[in-house]
Amino acid sequence: MGKGEFLFLLKGLQWTLLLSAASFACGILPGLGVALARTSGFRSLERLAAGYIALFQGTPLLMQLFVVYYGLALYGVRLDAWAAIALGFMLHASAYLGEIWRGAIEAVPRGQVEASKALSLGYVSRMKDVVLPQAFRISLPATIGFLVQLIKGTSLAAFVGFTELSRAGSMVSNQIFKPLLVFGIVGCMYFIICWPLSLYGARLERQFAAATR
Amino acid sequence: MNYKFDFGPVLEGFPDLMWGCLGTLGLALGGMALAIVIGIGGVVSRDSHFLPFRWLTMAFIEIVRNTPFLVQIYFIFFALPFAGILLNPTITAVIALGINGGAYAIEIIRGGVQSINKGQVEAGLALGLRKSVVFRVIVLKPALRAIFPSLTSQFVLLTLTTSIASAVSAYELTSVAKRIESDSFRSFEVYGTVTLMYLAMSWLVMMILNQISARYFNYPTK
Repeated sequence: MGKGEFLFLLKGLQWTLLLSAASFACGILPGLGVALARTSGFRSLERLAAGYIALFQGTPLLMQLFVVYYGLALYGVRLDAWAAIALGFMLHASAYLGEIWRGAIEAVPRGQVEASKALSLGYVSRMKDVVLPQAFRISLPATIGFLVQLIKGTSLAAFVGFTELSRAGSMVSNQIFKPLLVFGIVGCMYFIICWPLSLYGARLERQFAAATR
Repeated sequence: MNYKFDFGPVLEGFPDLMWGCLGTLGLALGGMALAIVIGIGGVVSRDSHFLPFRWLTMAFIEIVRNTPFLVQIYFIFFALPFAGILLNPTITAVIALGINGGAYAIEIIRGGVQSINKGQVEAGLALGLRKSVVFRVIVLKPALRAIFPSLTSQFVLLTLTTSIASAVSAYELTSVAKRIESDSFRSFEVYGTVTLMYLAMSWLVMMILNQISARYFNYPTK
């Protein structure tokens, strides 16, 4: 494998990172919305959020991407391929983050909510100042776990022709006929990105378990 | 929006899609079986007294968990011929799904093994229960009960992951859908319908596993 091919893979890696970062960052606010709706106390709103989450957790990410990608084209929305894909990943992320954060919000001790109600804090202040900061800490390991899932998931953008790391790998492999070498290197690149994140998530989880024991 | 929906090609290809569903469920079932085998073997070697086995298993878990399934299946697809197995997309898919699911199953099953109360095993033996009974009633059943929820969600995930096997054109729902789509260009209709089929299948898998759980593990613990 020459220098040119390796640089091409690096270029793919750059798109993988960009796509992951964009979809994760854009998924945060909608994800928070889903989590708050899911714990709002209004039956219909909770059901709606639960349905949204179940829809995304019960279908393959690949199909979600296809439906968003081709669905946008139907409505005549002219988006860059990469924006359409990022939108698909963003919706996916919002559902998964929503479910993770719902769990975290419900894991905050009940007394905290009752105490803030007794202090006559309003909903916004109760959430912003009391519940969410604690929920954030509880959810951190699972959120990082999902980030790793998302980075791995961006490889599916290759199916709709977006040249991120995996597709760059297929292209180089077809060119130089050394699939094991190329996919080995591609795998290493993903590993170098994902492994430190996984280790960090596991460490936080251990710390948290020790703190609450 | 001036688009006219046309579900004709979907209806025409419906029998094919149903066969694709069966293919998907078959892949998922094969993958689950292999994942359990790898999971159990992995726990034994993960906790063996021979250190290199431990390290190899830990490395295996980390590598599989931190690389995308797509890269894994490509790698296995091209590596299998070196192991003397001819390129067969469906076998490749089952092996890749088993390896991927197995890496997660090791940690899950290990948790179940660790959840067993050693005092209860000793108590059972002291009461004169046969070893086989102790293993069945005091070790296996509570351990399975403890890990069943995580195993269920892992298996549902595995069922959804089969769609990626279309990358090596294994016979399953997504590759059938791709064929119909490329013949008809009704992308949205085809993939929308197929998405609902996946939803139904993941519910089916979840329901079956929940039924098993309710049937065998629905006893009070305290």
